[in-house]
Amino acid sequence: MQWETVIGLEIHAQLSTQSKIFSASATTFGAEPNTQASLVDLGMPGTLPVLNAEAVRMACQFGLAIDAEIAERNIFARKNYFYPDLPKGYQTSQMDHPIVGKGFLDITLEDGTVKRIGITRAHLEEDAGKSLHEDFQGMSGIDLNRAGTPLLEIVSEPDIRSAKEAVAYVKAIHALVRYLGICDGNMAEGSLRCDCNVSVRPKGQAEFGTRAEIKNVNSFRFIEKAINHEVQRQIELIEDGGKVVQETRLYDPNKDQTRSMRSKEEANDYRYFPCPDLLPVVIEQSFLDELRAKLPELPPQKRERFESQYALSTYDASVLSASRELADYFEVVAKTCGDAKLAANWVMGELSSLLNKDNLEIDQSPVSAEQLGGMILRIKDNTISGKIAKMVFESLAAGEGATADEVIDKKGLKQVTDSGAIEAMLDDVLAANAEQVEQYRASDEAKRGKMFGFFVGQAMKASKGKANPGQVNELLKKKLEG
Amino acid sequence: MHQLTLAEIARALADKQFSSAELTQSLLSRIEQLDPQLNSFITVTAEQALEQAKAADARRAAGETGALLGAPIAHKDLFCTQGVLTSCGSKILTGFKAPYDATVVEKLNAAGTVTLGKLNMDEFAMGSANESSHYGPVKNPWDTSRVPGGSSGGSAAAVAARLLPAATGTDTGGSIRQPAALTNLTGIKPTYGRVSRWGMIAYASSLDQGGPLARTAEDCALLLHAMAGFDSKDSTSVDQPVDDYLAALTQPLAGLRIGLPQEYFGAGLDARIGEKVMAVVEALKKLGATVKDISLPNMQHAIPAYYVIAPAEASSNLSRFDGVRFGYRCENPKDLQDLYKRSREEGFGAEVKRRIMVGTYALSAGYYDAYYLKAQKIRRLIKNDFVAAFKDVDVILGPTTPNLAWKLGEKNADPVSAYLEDIYTITANLAGIPGLSMPAGFVDGLPVGVQLLGNYFQEGRLLNVAHQYQQVSDWHKQAPSGF
Amino acid sequence: MALERTEVEKIAHLARLGLSEGELPHTTATLNSILGLIDSMQAVDTDGIEPLAHPLETTQRLRADAVTEANQREAYQAIAPAVESGLYLVPKVIE
Repeated sequence: MQWETVIGLEIHAQLSTQSKIFSASATTFGAEPNTQASLVDLGMPGTLPVLNAEAVRMACQFGLAIDAEIAERNIFARKNYFYPDLPKGYQTSQMDHPIVGKGFLDITLEDGTVKRIGITRAHLEEDAGKSLHEDFQGMSGIDLNRAGTPLLEIVSEPDIRSAKEAVAYVKAIHALVRYLGICDGNMAEGSLRCDCNVSVRPKGQAEFGTRAEIKNVNSFRFIEKAINHEVQRQIELIEDGGKVVQETRLYDPNKDQTRSMRSKEEANDYRYFPCPDLLPVVIEQSFLDELRAKLPELPPQKRERFESQYALSTYDASVLSASRELADYFEVVAKTCGDAKLAANWVMGELSSLLNKDNLEIDQSPVSAEQLGGMILRIKDNTISGKIAKMVFESLAAGEGATADEVIDKKGLKQVTDSGAIEAMLDDVLAANAEQVEQYRASDEAKRGKMFGFFVGQAMKASKGKANPGQVNELLKKKLEG
Repeated sequence: MHQLTLAEIARALADKQFSSAELTQSLLSRIEQLDPQLNSFITVTAEQALEQAKAADARRAAGETGALLGAPIAHKDLFCTQGVLTSCGSKILTGFKAPYDATVVEKLNAAGTVTLGKLNMDEFAMGSANESSHYGPVKNPWDTSRVPGGSSGGSAAAVAARLLPAATGTDTGGSIRQPAALTNLTGIKPTYGRVSRWGMIAYASSLDQGGPLARTAEDCALLLHAMAGFDSKDSTSVDQPVDDYLAALTQPLAGLRIGLPQEYFGAGLDARIGEKVMAVVEALKKLGATVKDISLPNMQHAIPAYYVIAPAEASSNLSRFDGVRFGYRCENPKDLQDLYKRSREEGFGAEVKRRIMVGTYALSAGYYDAYYLKAQKIRRLIKNDFVAAFKDVDVILGPTTPNLAWKLGEKNADPVSAYLEDIYTITANLAGIPGLSMPAGFVDGLPVGVQLLGNYFQEGRLLNVAHQYQQVSDWHKQAPSGF
Repeated sequence: MALERTEVEKIAHLARLGLSEGELPHTTATLNSILGLIDSMQAVDTDGIEPLAHPLETTQRLRADAVTEANQREAYQAIAPAVESGLYLVPKVIE
């Protein structure tokens, strides 16, 4: 049986406003419990919500960025249920009239192809507080600092067909919200949360299978694992004669499995109705026009520009445009050294490895874009070889010089390009290895290839890596030919 | 001193006939002496009142003037008063000392009023008899075996018994106007959005409005002017300047066009009340008004629509009362669900629980369209009726209630029969227009009220008509015997 | 549209109102009487009528994004039934 996976994602992005969506409390992460919970946030009797203009603006920016319909009016609705982290006993959200309607986001897959993922809607709502389950003598502790933080819930169409596509989509949303400056995308802190709706169906079947929802998966890696695990679970279940139950599940990264959540609300009836404390929100066309004019260059446009302006492959262009910071970094390097291809290679290669190794973000890079660009310039003008450059790079990273030139100078890493000097060095090498020279001259083409490498190695050793490799090759060949 | 109206008190204080402290002390003693018969107060804030009175006297000595400077009032117990028990007449708010002041309270404090205490009310404003309070029923000073009306029953009883000159109340389906009618007072529910709801604990958010109860239209004008105004903390508050209600009082009524809805004078109305209403019409005609028959064809559907919308909104508004952050918590909850269910079951009274359940049902899956949505469509029909009517008339006049004050306990067996008492008042809340009730005489020694309804933001006009009527009548001056 | 007791139990649960066996019949009867009143709405022709959610058909005002609330945890928690280390305590929440 051939199976097809169908995935829809609901992403909650915490908007990076100063104050909460309906109250003027701070939204800073990590404050002492309940020190950022005002009367409104606590759901005190008699309190009322007033809508944060910035949350509206950010939601509209997102809508424009995904080419979505943005309705003239949107309405807040109450989602009623009881839970200790929900002080009013209802969450103010949006139901029938969300602020952002249908849109789409293009994602680049590993093979370089671009796939369009539909976005059904995005709406504003308030976040709930947090339950701390550490024991307070059999009690749980509730912190309402987070209650009232603005969320943008982004709902995708069930257009996603694999865990990898899902990750690409989440990464694209992550990049987009950071590009727009509306969310910091910090999944570890919960600024970006992902719920995955997963189902399977026999290939070719039109109907969707029953889906399970995996809630609150908080890293790209876990998203991939959780989905893969869930797909496996569902297929095995069905093949064993069972039925997939529509339910909410949690991913346990330690056990790498999903488990059914002890249901919060069983089959809940949320009794949505328009919130009578809030009025319909009007979005004027002029407001949208102004907002559109001020949108920064977005990932799809940047990717296209990188492809055309810098002649990069689609894949390279999408990697480099994945985040605004990375794209900006790359462009400074490219400008400084005048060679986009080299810049791309170094950024995606050595720099990337360095950052990953030490778990650093691009804006924490120990090597600045100017430093890297300056170094690549020295490769281009033959001051150093590619190999030596790696050493220079490491030195820069260790803070051993303010510029590549400084390091090259300090450590005497300048490439030797004087053919006279190289010849002299080579003569010494050949003289020191007379036997091997004999052997070489006596061997055929095939054997020579291998032996040639030996001499190159010796030459590099003798010159402490500083001899220009191209010249070494050329001159060595000549000398060995005899 | 207790016979004086707010306006008279203002003049007396200005003339230094007595101080606010003296007046306050005198009323506090009166409350102590007489309120046990009425049970109109839940909390008497004697110490704070005297402090406020002294402060007001000091402000006056420093040269400040102001119609409400040093005026004694009290607040219906759903207005949050910082540091003072705010109970909404419910056990579930036991121990709830409000951590802030309602905007109405803040504004009146700023104007220099002296708060004597918090007034009894139907639990969470749900009721028309003030019999559902956790703190016991309130008695009508005109006949203490009868109800004073509700939900602002405590406000009405206290003012009618001259325990204080005026009080704040709230009106969601008639809860200012109906008790005013049953206790011989003037009370006004302003246009929706006119008075801030910040700190006014919600029953039905799209229907609730705060307003004054007093013995005269002039006093209502004084108090409403200070209560009203835009508040940025309330999204439903209207950003429109407050009219000069006092100045509007003296406008002559010549040319006033009064509408009499034919639907008002049908089978359900006590004929004797009908007579009193027509007598008022005659008096107003003598003052220069003209009268026209009009129709409000959808009026009869107002009660079912109200009893869907109000409970629906209330069912959601009251979910925050869960024993977690404030108020009553049941003892030894064995788990979370037990905490919720028992705290709410023990904390809420029967009528509140009924309405929460009706509201929950009306919003539940499968019933939303047939109940909630349907009710909102009827709501629009009712509004349309008024919009049409006000094209031809300036005010709509009729009885405030279909019956006189009934006996305590009489309607307990059948809550629906109490709901039907709201027939004249409810439409104003659904449409959001202002409504006023004023004294119109007595039947069997019990007060009768006449209701005036006006177009949006026509509070001034309603107060004007009432004031002019009160210049040629003296029902409003009569006091219940024994008080 | 009369309610059966199972529906009444469901409604009570949704509203987190404890309802004892003993109360159930009376509560069911009273609710049905209220619903009887409400059901008269069905006779009204509301075809083509837009629902009215707010009496004054105005629109939502927006607030500038600024933090103006200070920490008042002590004052607000002074009236709480159970707090510890700044947290509100409830019977253990099991996920």
